[in-house]
Amino acid sequence: MQQVANMPVGEMGAKAPLFLAGRGLSKSYGAVKALSDTDFHLATGEVVGLIGHNGAGKSTLINVLAGVVARSGGIFEVLGRDAGDWSANLARENGLRCVFQELSLCPNLSATENTRLLHPALKGFGWKQRARKTIQSALDTVFPDSGIDVDRPVGELSLGERQMIEIARGFSVTDSPVRAIILDEPTSSLGAEATRQFLEQVSRASEDGISVILVTHRLGEILAVAHRVVTMKDGLVISDQFNDGLSRSELVAVMGDLEPETRERRDAVVRDVPVFSHSSGLGDHDIELHQGEIVGLAGLDGHGQRERLRAVFDAARVSGLPVAFVAGDRVSEGLFPLWSIRDNLTIRSLSALSRGGLVSNEAADRLTQSWFERLKVRAPGIATPLLSLSGGNQQKVLFARALASDARLIVLDDPMRGVDVGTKHEVYALIRNEAETGRSFLWYSTETEEFENCDRLHVFREGRSETILDGERIEPNAILEASFGGLYV
Amino acid sequence: MSDKRFRLSHGTLQLLLSAGALLIMLGAIFHVQPNAMSYFGFTLLFKLSMPLVLAALAQMMLILLGDIDLSNGAFVGMVTCITAVWLDPSPGVAVIAYLAAIAAFVAMGWFTHARELPSIIVTLGASFIWLGIAITVLPSPGGTVPGWLTGFTGWRPPLLPMPIWVALIAAAVSQWFLMHTSFGTLLRATGGNARAVQKAGWSLSRLRIAIYAMAGGLMVASGVLLSGIITSGDPNVAPSYTLLTIGAVIVGGGAFVGGRVSPIGTVLGALTLSLAGSFLSFMHVPATWQIGAQGAILFLVLAGRVIVDRRKLA
Repeated sequence: MQQVANMPVGEMGAKAPLFLAGRGLSKSYGAVKALSDTDFHLATGEVVGLIGHNGAGKSTLINVLAGVVARSGGIFEVLGRDAGDWSANLARENGLRCVFQELSLCPNLSATENTRLLHPALKGFGWKQRARKTIQSALDTVFPDSGIDVDRPVGELSLGERQMIEIARGFSVTDSPVRAIILDEPTSSLGAEATRQFLEQVSRASEDGISVILVTHRLGEILAVAHRVVTMKDGLVISDQFNDGLSRSELVAVMGDLEPETRERRDAVVRDVPVFSHSSGLGDHDIELHQGEIVGLAGLDGHGQRERLRAVFDAARVSGLPVAFVAGDRVSEGLFPLWSIRDNLTIRSLSALSRGGLVSNEAADRLTQSWFERLKVRAPGIATPLLSLSGGNQQKVLFARALASDARLIVLDDPMRGVDVGTKHEVYALIRNEAETGRSFLWYSTETEEFENCDRLHVFREGRSETILDGERIEPNAILEASFGGLYV
Repeated sequence: MSDKRFRLSHGTLQLLLSAGALLIMLGAIFHVQPNAMSYFGFTLLFKLSMPLVLAALAQMMLILLGDIDLSNGAFVGMVTCITAVWLDPSPGVAVIAYLAAIAAFVAMGWFTHARELPSIIVTLGASFIWLGIAITVLPSPGGTVPGWLTGFTGWRPPLLPMPIWVALIAAAVSQWFLMHTSFGTLLRATGGNARAVQKAGWSLSRLRIAIYAMAGGLMVASGVLLSGIITSGDPNVAPSYTLLTIGAVIVGGGAFVGGRVSPIGTVLGALTLSLAGSFLSFMHVPATWQIGAQGAILFLVLAGRVIVDRRKLA
């Protein structure tokens, strides 16, 4: 077969030749390093589990390996040969397949037609019959008795069925063999039985010499099938362990790797009658907000926190409670970039600033000036257009807009995204001060450290608030445990 | 699943709706004017639908991509001018001009793709370019078209009238190509999820260029047929095509989201809309009200679509 160029360390690799090997792989988007100087290798028939937090660089790494994203630097070899300008097309020709998160099917096409996308050989007379046979036999192998209609547009099928088609398509074979497959969160919509069938398929494929990279938040799946577990953080591989008796808590600990931060806890909030209470109707925990309470919404990205945050905001607004929203996605949801600081800041308070139906300039100036100084916005004056401010200062103005209003409840939608550390700590202090005065905050964040500021935390999993953490129990490892717990074991 | 064979697919329902609208209109016309139910009557009723069917298929190719072509009418008008000026005296020049026009259309498509511009803006701008070229080529309506072309558009083929043959063949060929060949599937995939196509290793630019080239070709054919019917060229002959073709695609079950169009439906839609004018005349609707009444017909058919969609969701 192929020459044995690079031996991976460890027993597993000592027997099998490498399918691919990358050294010093990096990828930057402008000034942002999504992947920095990463080594990664994959032996024939090896199953590698790839884990890490949101934004750890997993997607960038697999996109580079799949040829979808061009690497900025590093050496990349496939089957012992230099891959040069690697592309999705070359990857396909070398037998490397990818199953992305529900992204790589065309909803307007049937499973049969979607199979054609992946197989250039399926053309000419009778291609449809051949495509149908290809995908049907792949489905029968991986998910026997799935009962999926391969001639119906994929968009009309359930998410789980789409995911099965996507997986089966990844393993389908026409003219050239499958040598390796990258699976990105392949089981997020699969039920327990289909997940079991999928994991069996991974093991079977591995025995047939197919290499597998499995990216998933479901650690149980990785522990069940992976030979090796690679952990990423901040665009780097921080750990590469063989799976000989690894445990879930070991993995969580490696991923977490957070330095405990000591911070003064605020006095416990008096919880009598909540200012606002919201039930999702799904039978999970109600979100209750008491006066002066800071409630956080935690969990892995995309597990329903954001949707719930917006639902709470809408419900509060309908109920007549004065409520304000601080957008994290400043550019598309928060700012009027060409308007001045004053106009941006007062838009939530226009009726309060009106005198006889007209906005009083004097009152608006006064209100703006006081918050401008309290938040230490770094700008020449309140007439400066927002466009000329730095990201952190823009975010301060958005905070000021909410805080200057009459809102009793302030909803924060991951407000610190892309904000520098100094500003963050100023704003944290401000939020705690405002909470002391009796305002309530509902805070969704993707940064686990921020939850240190919360009095109570709802940890979300699969669209539901599954766990509530209170006071001292809010700490990174507990949040991680709750985020991962109870999934496939 | 036992109910599978009885369940009409979404696409079939849409087609039935377009066909139903056409039949209702025909029925009303025959009720008022029974003489129209003849070979000659059909020829007259549908005469102007021939170029519209082809132009609507061109529009469909762009809507398939999620784009839209606001230059359709101006482009067809430009082609009639090229035809009226060159096709009779020097066919070679005419063919080169046609190819150049298609190339210019493809270049416009490539430009929107490469610079990630909204097609609605670019094609609106391009429509003025096509109109300008047309006026330069043929400043005022006129010119001559070769005898074989007028002979072809006025031909009375056996069995069915000419416009019906054109519609049948156009529908059959485009349906087969887009819905059943492997290349057509790739084109539909590009409209449905361009990123998936790219991730599977295909060149998006090439696929988009192919689509724009086909649309350009169809519009050239449409313009040539149109000049055969009016026996001349006119820069401003077809401005209504832009909206009529978009209407035809949507009436025929297409959607602006990309990837969801029906060739048969588009042909039916084009026939329906070209019949709407004659229908209103037969109904003795005054000319001043006809545009509004055409809008009302479009509205009714689209309302029918919305109801079908709701049923489907429920």
